[in-house]
Amino acid sequence: MPSQSALSPAGPQAGRIISLWWMMFYVTGAVFLIVMAFLMAALVRRRRPYGGAAADVPDVRPEPSGERRMSHVVLTGVALTVVILFVFLVRSYVTGRALDSLHEQDHLTVKVVGHQWWWEVSYDNATAAYTVTTANEIHIPVGRPVLFKLSSTDVIHSFWVPNLHGKTDLVPGHENVTWLKADREGVYRGQCAEFCGHQHAHMAFTVVVEPYEKFKAWYDAQLAAAQEPSTESQKQGRQVFLSSPCVMCHTVRGTDAGSRVGPDLTHVASRGTLAAGTLENTRGHLAGWVVDSQQIKPGNRMPPNNLEPADLQALLDYLQSLK
Amino acid sequence: MSARPNIDVSNLPTFAFGHRPLTWWCTWSLILMEGGMFVVLFATYFFLRTPVPDWPPGVNYPRLFWGTVNLVVILLSCVPNHWAKKAAEGLDLRGVRLWLLVMIGFALAATVIRFVEFGYLNCRWDQNAYGSVVWVSMGAHLLHLVTDLLDTIVLLALFVIGPIEGKRFVDASENALYWYFVVALWVPLYVVIYWVPRWM
Amino acid sequence: MPGRKEDDRAERAASLEAARTDIEALRAYAAGVDAARTDDLLADDIADEHERRALAKTWGDGPGFWGWLASTNHKTVGRRFIYTAFGFFILAGILAVLMRVQLARPESRFLNPDLYNQIFTMHGTTMMFLFAVPVMEAVAVYVLPLMLGARNIAFPRLNAFSYWVYLFGGVMLWVAFVLNVGPDAGWFSYVPLSGPEYGAGKRVDFWAQMITFTEVSALCVATEIITTFFKMRAPGMSLNRVPVYCWSVLVMAFMVFFAMPTIAWASACLMMDRLIGTHFFNPAEGGDPILWQHLFWFFGHPEVYIIFIPGTGFVSTILSTFSRRPIFGYTALVLALVSTGFIGFGLWVHHMFATGLPRMGESFFTGATIMIAIPAGVQIFCWIATLWGGRPVFKSPMMFVLGFFFIFVIGGMTGVMQGAVPVDLQVHDTYFVVAHFHYVLIGGAVFPLFGAFHYWFPKVTGRLLSEKLGHATFWVMFVGFNLTFFPMHILGLRGMPRRVYTYQPNLGWGDLNMLASAGGVLLTLGVLLFIVNALRSLRAGALAGDNPWGAATLEWATSSPPPAYNFLRPPTVDSRDTLWTQPADQPVVIGLRSDVREVLVTRALDAEPDLKTEFPDSSIWPLLAALATTAMFIGTIFTPWALPVGMLPVFVTLTGWFWPKKKRLAEERPPEEVKEKHGERWLKLQEQES
Repeated sequence: MPSQSALSPAGPQAGRIISLWWMMFYVTGAVFLIVMAFLMAALVRRRRPYGGAAADVPDVRPEPSGERRMSHVVLTGVALTVVILFVFLVRSYVTGRALDSLHEQDHLTVKVVGHQWWWEVSYDNATAAYTVTTANEIHIPVGRPVLFKLSSTDVIHSFWVPNLHGKTDLVPGHENVTWLKADREGVYRGQCAEFCGHQHAHMAFTVVVEPYEKFKAWYDAQLAAAQEPSTESQKQGRQVFLSSPCVMCHTVRGTDAGSRVGPDLTHVASRGTLAAGTLENTRGHLAGWVVDSQQIKPGNRMPPNNLEPADLQALLDYLQSLK
Repeated sequence: MSARPNIDVSNLPTFAFGHRPLTWWCTWSLILMEGGMFVVLFATYFFLRTPVPDWPPGVNYPRLFWGTVNLVVILLSCVPNHWAKKAAEGLDLRGVRLWLLVMIGFALAATVIRFVEFGYLNCRWDQNAYGSVVWVSMGAHLLHLVTDLLDTIVLLALFVIGPIEGKRFVDASENALYWYFVVALWVPLYVVIYWVPRWM
Repeated sequence: MPGRKEDDRAERAASLEAARTDIEALRAYAAGVDAARTDDLLADDIADEHERRALAKTWGDGPGFWGWLASTNHKTVGRRFIYTAFGFFILAGILAVLMRVQLARPESRFLNPDLYNQIFTMHGTTMMFLFAVPVMEAVAVYVLPLMLGARNIAFPRLNAFSYWVYLFGGVMLWVAFVLNVGPDAGWFSYVPLSGPEYGAGKRVDFWAQMITFTEVSALCVATEIITTFFKMRAPGMSLNRVPVYCWSVLVMAFMVFFAMPTIAWASACLMMDRLIGTHFFNPAEGGDPILWQHLFWFFGHPEVYIIFIPGTGFVSTILSTFSRRPIFGYTALVLALVSTGFIGFGLWVHHMFATGLPRMGESFFTGATIMIAIPAGVQIFCWIATLWGGRPVFKSPMMFVLGFFFIFVIGGMTGVMQGAVPVDLQVHDTYFVVAHFHYVLIGGAVFPLFGAFHYWFPKVTGRLLSEKLGHATFWVMFVGFNLTFFPMHILGLRGMPRRVYTYQPNLGWGDLNMLASAGGVLLTLGVLLFIVNALRSLRAGALAGDNPWGAATLEWATSSPPPAYNFLRPPTVDSRDTLWTQPADQPVVIGLRSDVREVLVTRALDAEPDLKTEFPDSSIWPLLAALATTAMFIGTIFTPWALPVGMLPVFVTLTGWFWPKKKRLAEERPPEEVKEKHGERWLKLQEQES
């Protein structure tokens, strides 16, 4: 399972954030302990035995010298609070500046569009023919800053890969940007962080960080049109695909299926997960998803498909060939 | 008995004008919260205005005439309102009845003109966000006009039917205070609705 | 009506019987007193008894169910308010338990996502709008007039109205939920998810209209609180002698004034977008979903302080009583409250750091957010100093306050962390935030509130809670709370977003979630213990007496429970901690009539007697007005025409409400300056009337 944790950063941004957090954790932790120590001391200092007479004569006019001493301590406490908060403010500001300083001329640009409940991912390229479109899986080269342009076509979502950076919302009517940079190879999981309806819980994606050559290979493979079916079964499967409601929503480049309501399936078999990080991409899961996705992810937009067993097997053969 | 004298309040007055009675605090509470509402409303207007190059977007300016007429009517109403307040604070029953009646006339006129104004805004509430905020602002102020109109009618009825009580005069004075607030709302609202699109 | 006659007869017999026993008791008492003064004393006591009876008759609620419905007494209304809010607390708590059951294991199928989304929305909405804010108002409605030495709260009919409106709004929302029309877009209902396109059906409309109900109710109560605070204080209680708790509810009331109109406006816009096709939040037609977030959080953040500030009032009150000394740093505490009130309005944007606002602006809000830790620090330090300089007594209310310190300070620390934009970007909308705000709200408000329940229970019911059960309640709740919510910090940092109905097993969140759910069971048990304690003590608790804690404020100067008229003779005050300092012959207020509901109005700053005002009688009109308002509000969920049509019954009931009594009992007296100038007119008017 890919990692999804702010505590184990894989990039400079998440790293800076968590070190800021640890600094605050230690300082506030110390403050907490000191405050609690004072509290305990105050409690045991002159306590009465449990059940002592509550109606005891109260100390209406406490001794002025004692009061003065206490007010000095209180003032010191307040002054220290102010100093600590000021340090936090400065440190937070510096970290914030550093987070936003990733700009680089030669960068990769990835557009992410949030949908209920999956992620459309496309790699910007000046030449339209070189634009790669995929879903729920983002590959980026290690050590290179990547610019993400984030938007939404329906409701507000939030783009979050905790191992790499904090979140940025996808707001309809606005385009937000964020930069990511990964220093460590690996697969990191991200998840929608703004409640977006029924299947908010199952709106995840993965970020695959790999060496540039590997990334380039992946990119080129994604750029190609769908693989032609090589076996009879796959051919039949394509037929099933093109003659069923699948084509109403999905694209398989190189065929007549070109609708963009649901995820692009041109290279669906190359992806690690199905249904926006809900299932591992295995034949069994794929079958279950195609036949009755509502069992797996209730409320999602994909209708159930009543396929003959033979047709289903053929379709699975075809889909699994779409590397 | 007690060595220190108790506080005998039997001879205190039972009503007073200005900030002394509880009613004044209630009126100001209303003014504060509704004033706050209108501040938010203006904020909404300018929030929607800011990112748009053309304002009003895709529609014509609201026509000035009826809005300006209403501005004049509402501003003029301050005169009888002043006299109504004065009469109330002088316990002048006849004066209160007269000026309340005049005030009903003004409030009625302002309400009727407001309905005419809607016809000359050159937009609809469901056309775009500009239309929405303009209509709803005007509607919110209309609600205040109607409320004060009804309030004044009931008050006049009480002054006619009786019983005539000291605190009723306090109510009349507070009613006049509230009307000043309704007037004070309309002036900036008029500027925002009718002039801001022309200036900004 | 024979029934009524019989009732009357029975009542008269009972009162005669009571008088006889009283007189006998007095005789017995008098026999032991110096013979020369016996007659005087006897006469005084009998006069007092007459006064008591007259006041009870004047101020009491009417007989039977009708009298119950028509009550405008702040204690009756306050009790109802508290019970209702507590009822909603239990309901929302049950929802929380359901959520914890669902989340205890990964991929649990206990709840489906549709139901889960309704449940977490209802939990948040109920806790924030139907429990936390109302219960703070409710306690203020009950306690404030007593603490200030007044006979009732200002505008008692408005008070009754505000309760009914709140009740009906809450019931409406829960009926909708039971009918599967419960809101499902979260307690802050972000558009477009809650807008016309994605929030199908009427679910969100019920949510938005519930806002209108609670907002009307809260504004009414805020008006009463502010007026009572400034105009109905006991003579001698100048502003520098007002108990800290009263200051805290005053700040709360002002915050309601400035926060509530914003949410009223926002929810109205949302309703209109959904019902009549306006485009406030529709990006396709020039609207903006971010506008909703600004409006909501401009209200939503102060809302947290609306809940928390009265909590600090409880803390100050309880601490002072059980440290057996005046609160340390009175002025600093009051200033801290006021400045919290101001700063609270300057940090709403920290809920929106991830929406892509300009960074420079965000830094400003980081500063503001962090700054609020300063007044919070001042308060914490002053409280610890109070304990330090006092002699603490560990009664159960005090235990909850000590628990408050532990929990709230942790919540404050995580709050400061999130004030920093970079940290917020990571933890925003994760379980870290869930942990944080439960630490702040349960720690900052619910623990002090339970302290307040334990503290004022004897005043409200006349009986003491069991100390043993009270301590048990505290420990179970304290341990349960920390077990439930502490793991959530870690879950959030380990990537668990909030508002997910389930999660996958291999994410590794299962164990901590299981732990949190187990803690939830314990926390529930704690609340149940409190209920058991309260029910037992209601019947079998030890009698409390007037002032069981030896406290210093005026609510303890009258019997427990207080009579309908609160004080036989309205008290006066000679210091902040008046019951600790005043001599036996502290003057009282005399000369208020006992046959009409006459109250003393004092001057805003120095609380010197200024006017006498007659309060209206109990009345059914507030209830009718609330019903009419409810009909109008619910109608507008379905058609815009319900507004103009529904205004008619509202107008009629309001007119009925304000229509004066035919005959006045109390004589009116104009103020001096009016008498001087218009004395003749006044006389003429008086003649005409008689």
